[in-house]
Amino acid sequence: MDFSWPLIWQSLPVLLSGAWMTVKLTTLAVGMGFIIGTFAGLGRIAHSPLWRGVASVYVDFIRGTPLLVQIFLVYMGLPQIIGRPIDPYLAGVAALSINSGAYVAEIVRAGIQSVDRGQMEAARSLGLSYGGAMRFIILPQAFKRIIPPLGNEFIAMLKDSSLVSAISLEELLRKGQLIIGRTLRPFEILITVALIYLVMTLAISRLVAWSERRLKVQQRL
Amino acid sequence: MGVEAPGAAPEPILVVRNLHKSFGSLEVLRGITNHVQQGEVVVIIGPSGSGKSTFLRCLNLLEQPSSGEVWFAGQRVNDHPAHLNRLRAEMGMVFQRFNLFPHLTVIRNITLAPEKVLGLPKEEAQERALALLERVGLRDKAASYPDELSGGQQQRVAIARALAMRPKVMLFDEPTSALDPEMIGEVLDVMRALAQEGMTMVVVTHEMGFAREVGDRVLFMDDGQIVEENTPARLFGAPQQERTRAFLSKVLSL
Repeated sequence: MDFSWPLIWQSLPVLLSGAWMTVKLTTLAVGMGFIIGTFAGLGRIAHSPLWRGVASVYVDFIRGTPLLVQIFLVYMGLPQIIGRPIDPYLAGVAALSINSGAYVAEIVRAGIQSVDRGQMEAARSLGLSYGGAMRFIILPQAFKRIIPPLGNEFIAMLKDSSLVSAISLEELLRKGQLIIGRTLRPFEILITVALIYLVMTLAISRLVAWSERRLKVQQRL
Repeated sequence: MGVEAPGAAPEPILVVRNLHKSFGSLEVLRGITNHVQQGEVVVIIGPSGSGKSTFLRCLNLLEQPSSGEVWFAGQRVNDHPAHLNRLRAEMGMVFQRFNLFPHLTVIRNITLAPEKVLGLPKEEAQERALALLERVGLRDKAASYPDELSGGQQQRVAIARALAMRPKVMLFDEPTSALDPEMIGEVLDVMRALAQEGMTMVVVTHEMGFAREVGDRVLFMDDGQIVEENTPARLFGAPQQERTRAFLSKVLSL
């Protein structure tokens, strides 16, 4: 059997630096996605047909097209329009954020709609505007409930972020590919890359499960 | 701004003219005309599905009337969405299912709207809230969360929350219907005290004892219309309409 343990040990520091980049990318993407998604989610249930339309087109386009195409669109398509190249890191973060925003929008929308209708009515009956009622009454309750699905979105994005290796952004998978190029030993490197992803996703899913339990104990939904 | 209310001596605080409300093809309100005087306690009774709650919810536009007019304190409510939040702030509403904000403490439930809508300073809102909690007998629950309270306590907090806006009118939508029997009394006590202090109240309820004792006027609604209205003594003592008699004989024999 042709298998080299020492190669794994030697590659680990480089792979872990890639994993750190993956975590940074994912955190940024889901963080920005949360902001975009909150507005898009509010847009999906807005009274104004314009906002509803804009939000729906955005969510449908992003969810109905491959992430890899979206990444290429930002990294290779956009420079043609704006007339200058885009840094792969910026392009990667932007593409992943825009992608995450569409999925978070649906999570936020479902979260808002899970809050009892009477909450909005009570808030409005006290004279709060729609925006005020959303901000002080509905969203705080909705956000608590969407912590678990947001955790799942984080896991999905952590895995999907490997696609930005295609624009030579040096995250975990890309680092692995570079080592393979030098050593011509794909098996050890790829299995190690996979295991690092696994450790990260398992850790996050444990965190999500813990937050779910805590939420149930609190019961102040 | 004056209102020419049909046949009313002093200016009524609430005027409703030919109010209609349909949900799709279902006509829930079929032409309601009435008015409420300052300080008056109007109790609305009637079978479920008669449109009582919808009528109440049209008054502060939680439901948008299909046609007709609602005037409040001299202003037409149902065509002025610009003033709507201000007008709503002057109409307190108490819901069947309390609708307290579960993520906020009792005192925060009460201070939020005075701070955000009226612009009251925090300290003043707090003082106001504590005084109201005292009044509904729950001062010691200020720091609790709604789910730590019984149904009756929650409803009393909900009343305090509405009163904190110093409303001109209080609307009660079946305030005791979701309560265990032993808790109905404590909520009715608070409402009774409020009526005695001269608060203008419109109350949808199944509590006939309360209607008889506290109401200045009782409206009997059926099938989206006001079938009969009178003082409690007369409406309960000598109902004129057959439908009123049939309803009263059912609910009073329980």
